[in-house]
Parts: sequence; structure tokens; C-alpha cells
Amino acid sequence: MTLVPDSEVEELRAAVRRFLGDKAPSERVRAVLDGDPGHDPAVWSGLAAQGVLGLVVPEELGGGGAGHVERAVVAEELGRALTPAPFLASAVLATDALLALDDEPARAEFLPRLATGELVGTVAVAECGGEWDRTGGRTTATAADGRWELTGVKTPVLAGDTAGLVLVLARTADGPGWFAVDGAAPGLTRERLSTLDPTRRLAALRFDATPARHLASADPAAALGTVADLAAVALAAEQTGLMQRALELTVEYATLRVQFGRPIGSYQAVKHGCADVYSAWEHAVSVVRHAAWAADHDRAELPVAAALAQTYTGPAAFTAATAMVQYHGGVGYTWEHDAHLFYKRAKSAEQLLGSPAGHRARLAERLGL
Amino acid sequence: MTVVDETQETPTPEYRRAVRAWLAAHAPGSLAGLPADEQLRRSREFQAALYDAGYAGITWPESVGGQGLGQAEQQAFSDEAAEHELPLYPFMIGMGMCGPTVVDLGTDAQRDRYLRPLLRGEEIWCQLFSEPGAGSDVASLQSRAVLDGDRWILNGQKVWTTNAQFADFGAVLARTDPDRPKHAGLTMFIVDMHAPGVTVRPLKDMTGRSPFNEVYFDDVEIPVENVLGEIGGGWHAAVTMLGHERVSIGSARRPRRSPLEFTSLAERARAAGVDTDPVVRDRLAELYAHERALALLNSRIRQETAAGRPPGARGSVLKLAGALQLRRAIEVAGLVSGADAIAWDPSDTSGDELALAINAAPSSSIAGGTNEVQRNIIGERILGLPKEPQVDRDVPFRELAVGTQRREGTR
Ligand SMILES: Cc1cc2nc3c(=O)[nH]c(=O)nc-3n(C[C@H](O)[C@H](O)[C@H](O)COP(=O)(O)OP(=O)(O)OC[C@H]3O[C@@H](n4cnc5c(N)ncnc54)[C@H](O)[C@@H]3O)c2cc1C
Repeated sequence: MTLVPDSEVEELRAAVRRFLGDKAPSERVRAVLDGDPGHDPAVWSGLAAQGVLGLVVPEELGGGGAGHVERAVVAEELGRALTPAPFLASAVLATDALLALDDEPARAEFLPRLATGELVGTVAVAECGGEWDRTGGRTTATAADGRWELTGVKTPVLAGDTAGLVLVLARTADGPGWFAVDGAAPGLTRERLSTLDPTRRLAALRFDATPARHLASADPAAALGTVADLAAVALAAEQTGLMQRALELTVEYATLRVQFGRPIGSYQAVKHGCADVYSAWEHAVSVVRHAAWAADHDRAELPVAAALAQTYTGPAAFTAATAMVQYHGGVGYTWEHDAHLFYKRAKSAEQLLGSPAGHRARLAERLGL
Repeated sequence: MTVVDETQETPTPEYRRAVRAWLAAHAPGSLAGLPADEQLRRSREFQAALYDAGYAGITWPESVGGQGLGQAEQQAFSDEAAEHELPLYPFMIGMGMCGPTVVDLGTDAQRDRYLRPLLRGEEIWCQLFSEPGAGSDVASLQSRAVLDGDRWILNGQKVWTTNAQFADFGAVLARTDPDRPKHAGLTMFIVDMHAPGVTVRPLKDMTGRSPFNEVYFDDVEIPVENVLGEIGGGWHAAVTMLGHERVSIGSARRPRRSPLEFTSLAERARAAGVDTDPVVRDRLAELYAHERALALLNSRIRQETAAGRPPGARGSVLKLAGALQLRRAIEVAGLVSGADAIAWDPSDTSGDELALAINAAPSSSIAGGTNEVQRNIIGERILGLPKEPQVDRDVPFRELAVGTQRREGTR
């Protein structure tokens, strides 16, 4: 098990950080939130040009042929910068789903386009309550003359309002099945949802006899499990990046802000709170590196490692963001300051792939309890 | 349940296999129940066997009797050792703290004299820092050493000195110049615990055992060659030793089956039939997450150390997290065991073990620097947050009362 990134991985991190610092600083992040598509297309194409959208895609399919360790580093940097971008939807969920299914033609058709960012993909699985239902839920897929149609509602769907490719898990007469739906397909209604986190768009997708392409898969439910585990790792990486930046900004402020004649960071209530966040961050980084390593090198370990990653980092990142707001005082509660963006992103990320209690229940189950 | 194969952490599978085989053949098993003398004799025997087999002082230089190997080998050994209940407790302070400090700061003569017997289990060491008025604030200690010809004369009282009851030598920190500010006037010495004027009195701890002591020094003579480090450089020596201490406490691998670990508590939950209770499962999963996160952080820091990035103050993160994990585990133990955690059949030794673990837990939040002090270290040395205002900086020690307050009418 390797928990220390090699120099190539650190170079990748530095390059992404530099790029985001130049092209997606906080002012730019705020500027794109209200418009459409809710992220900066220039940032998206810049990320594509850096080759970071297809890191886990094999080279022969236009990807980087790297792995989850590398992708986690990119996710960490995107989390640090709170970058609004459909990375989790497209470079993680949709990409991993295509790789986990057994549909060679679909892979060959979509993966190269996902890797270049020209196509944005997503996965639509959640229905009520946001939990991922392995059965396909109440969305049904029916075939007539060899043509498939979907009917049902998936919500919330990451980047669902803009994605050009939607991979849907639906119920067929023979159990769950995976389907590819064109974002512009007839009978597909996409409704942007109001979100707690303004930096990440979510949508409800309504399928009404929507034409869909059935994707070959030996075990659709198992594929979903893999997709969920890998997403848990990528999201946890993003959460550690968020924690790190939240702490940096908090420490900076605590060093400068003076009350009662002393910098507030010299008061132990504040100092110890920061120390606890730091300690949690060190743990989170270790957990995420282990999970990313397992994704690349030990798939048998991945289910526990992924559940552990979400169990640990979700609440830890929210604690870090809460501390950030708290130690910035009134400034932290003010719209102009970024603290609320960290807070909202952290809370939303904590629930995005299922509740913390749900992750702990999964972890308990996977530990054989 | 999947378990990570820790062997993957190390580039030394053969070394690890050899350690495993050696321990399987030579680990003496539990010494519980034997008389104290007998336990100590067997412990010494085992430490000597470790030395002869090449497993003592793995990372210490060969020139002092160590093995001159790297962190990877040390890690492999610690991992394997965690599978056994090894009787290494008497040597813990010498091996983890005093010895490495002698390696770092000792003269050639000191290294020649002390390190090999320490590694062979022939001589036991203790660390004499804390005093009744100076614990967290070690530098406000009052013990005095005065130079008299070719020897120093030591007077004072130390407290909570682990293993002093069987120690042969101690690293003692004493004030040698009360006219200087408190951190500047200290010197570290190697003191012979059998010298005239040394009195050791056992102190009972809250578990009812007596692993630590009060130590009195009455005109104890210390030869000048026993200064460890520089005269007046005691604080530097202390910081060096405390650095080793944090790492050795923080990264010590507890025996895998301690009663407050996830696996033991999960077994208890099964035995008590509460493993299907959603609250119990939730809390156990959370406990596992923190336990595993700490283990992974430990592995990561060791890998970084092996790659040339020493842990520095991050040892405080490990130590603090270890202490907090015990508190979490005690809560879960209560949830899992209910009334069985407070009263049990006398024939059930697992009840005794759990009770001992619960009662011993607070020591890890205090010994070796309290949780609060660890947080100060993390905040100030790692995050660079401003220090607290210090009332005693730059003030000659003799003007301070009780170590920290300026005396009335001085200056
Ligand atoms: C099991 C055990 C073994 C030990 N073994 C040894 C040994 O071998 N050798 C040795 O020299 N010592 C030993 N000690 C002593 C140990 O190092 C001290 O107990 C410890 O450093 C705390 O000092 P204190 O007990 O004087 O508590 P105090 O320093 O008086 O602390 C009391 C409380 O005040 C808090 N506090 C103190 N200063 C601050 C601050 N600046 N900011 C915030 N809070 C603060 C503490 O965190 C604590 O909660 C041992 C102790 C134990 C429990």
C-alpha cells in the first residue's frame, strides 16, 4: 500500500492548482454561478486540455491511462478551489459506469468524447431521498421491436440539466439494466433543482417513453456498486481539498484578526479548534489515499475503503467548513466572504452519495457486522 | 470482512517473514500472574534475545550496537510485534526516548558506555522531567544541580516517573542557572539511579497499579562527564527527547486485540446479541472509521519518514488522535456492554480486561503531554498560529514564583 504520492503525481497536482489559480479564482467562481451552464466552459476545456478528464480512461480510448490515485489528486484540487464543473458527473460517474459495463461499442463511442470534455456525461440512479437503488427503482424500461423506452423520474442528477449523455439504471422485466439516453432525446424533461450548494448543479429528469439504448452488462447491480464506490473515493478526495483550503484561510484570518489586543489565533478555543481540523485533515488525506490506492490496486479492498472514505471525510469536511465560518465571526457569515460557499459545498457533499448514517450502515455491513 | 494486508506497505517482505518466524518461535507469551521479579527477569531475557537476533535498535546506527536499518524494517517489526503480547514495557522509556537522545546528543564515551547494555536489556532507563509544580510547563522545574569540582550535586523531587522502580539510569533535567530565563538555565544529566541520595517511592495510579513513582534526590553526585548535551542546553535536549517520545508513543502499535479496539468491541456486540441494533452498528462503524483512519495516518507518516520526510510535530497529531480514540471506544464499550461493563462474573477475565482498559484510558490524554498541550503544538508549530502571551519570558528564573509568576517585590 503506497500512501505517499510520487513526484509525477505531485507535478500533476501543482499543474492543476496553478491552472485553477489562474483561470478559476474565487471571483470567477462567483461570477459563473448565476448564469448558464453554472460553470465556466473555458475552465472545462482547459481541464480537458490538461488531460485530466480522462485520467482513468485507457489510452486506446483517448484517455490518460493513469488511475484513481491521479484522479483523486485532481478532485482534491477542484475541491480546494470549489470549482464549479461537471467533473464528478462526467469524468467520474459517467466514465466509471462505461468502464464498469460490458458494452464495447458504447465505450468506444463515448469514452473518447468524455475524455476530451466535448461530451458531458452523467449517471441517473437516485430516486426518492437521494439513495441509490440497485433495482432501478420505479423507472421502467420496456422494449418494443428491439427499441427501448424509459419512463420514470430520476432525481437528483448531477449536471442533469446540461449533460449530453445520461446513463440511467432502470427496471426491466429481467431486473435492473443500464441505458444510455441522449440529453436532447424526445420525452426527456430536465428541471434544474434549487440547491443548497450553488457551486454544484442538480436536476430532476423525467422520462416519458424516452428512447434509450440498452447497454450490455453482465451484472448491472454490481456495476452500480463499483460506480458508487469509485464516486465515493473521488468525492472524498474533493472533500479533503475543501478541508485543506478552509483551514488555510481560517489560519490566515486567525493570525491577522486581533481582538482584546491579541490575534484570535492565540486564544486556545480558536487554536485548538484549528488543531482539531488539521488533525482530521491528516486522517482524511490518509483515508483517501488508501481508497484511491485500493481502487487502482486492490479491488477486493475497495468496498470497505470507499465506505470508510465517505464515513470519515463527509462529516470531517463539514466540521472544517463550520469552523471556518465560526472563526471568521460576522465576516464569515457575510455573503461577500467565501466561507459560506465552503459551508454549503461541504454540507451538500456530505449528503450527495447518501447520508453519513447510510455510509456508516454500509460500512458496518461490509465489515461483516 | 476484508483486511488490508499490511505486508504491502513495506518493500521488505523477506525481512518481515523472518521477523514473523522469529517472534513465533521466541515470543514468551503472557507473563500475567507471575511475580514481579520473575516478570522482569523474563523481560530482560527476551530483550537480550531480541538483541542477539538483530531486532533491537533497528534504526540505530551500527556503531552503537544498532542495526543501521531503515523505517521500513522498523515498521515491519512493529507490525509483527503487534500480533504478540511482548514484555517490552520495562525498556519502553529507554528504547523509545532516552536511548535515541543519547544517540543524538551523547558523547562517544556516553554512547559506548550506555547504549549496548540498554539494547541488551541489561540496564533499564527512566525519564525524570516532571515535578509536582512542573508538568506541562516542564521548564519551570525546581530541581537544582550545582557544580562542585568535578561533579554536580543534584537536589530536588521528580514525580510520575515511569519505571523508576527498576531503573538503573535516568535522564534527569535540572536547573543549573537560576539567573537565566527558565528555558535557558537547564541542563540534562545521566543519573545513576542506584547512587546514594536517590530515593524512589512507588505511586499508585488510578488503575491500582504502580507503574510510576516519586523520586527524591538528596545531594546526589553526578560526574561531569554525565552531562547529556550542553551545559545550559537542557531545554534543547528535552525537546529532542520529547520529539522521540511523541513519535514512540504516537506510533506504538497496540497489541491488536486490546479490549477497546473495534474487533474486540464488535465481538462483544455479537456475544451480547446487540450487533443488529442500528445504533450499536452506527457507533461501531464510526469507531472503525476513526481507528482505521489513525492506522492509515500512521502508515502514511512512516512511509513519508522512510522517504526522507521526518514527522516533526505531526507526532502530536498521532498522539492526540490515539487518546481521543480511546474516549470514543469507551463510549461504544458502554453502549455494547451495558451493565456488563460495570459488573461481571469474577471468572470472566474479559470483564477485568475491559475494566482495566477503561481505567487506564485517561493516562494517554495526560502522559507525554496532555491533549491540550498537543493541540497547542499543532496550532503553533504546524499551523503557525500566534503563541500565547507569556508572562515569564526573558525573566530570570529566580524572580519567578511557583515557576511562572513574578515574585512580589523583585525587579
Ligand atoms: C501514566 C503517566 C506516566 C508518566 N510518566 C512520566 C515519566 O516517565 N517521566 C516524566 O517526567 N513524567 C511522566 N509523567 C508526567 C506527565 O508528563 C505529566 O503528567 C504531564 O506532562 C502533565 O503535567 P501535569 O500532570 O503537571 O499537569 P498540568 O500541567 O498541571 O496540567 C493540568 C491541566 O491543565 C492543562 N494545561 C496545562 N498547561 C496548559 C496550557 N498551556 N494550555 C492549556 N491547558 C493547559 C493540562 O492540559 C491539564 O488538563 C507521566 C504521567 C502519567 C499520567
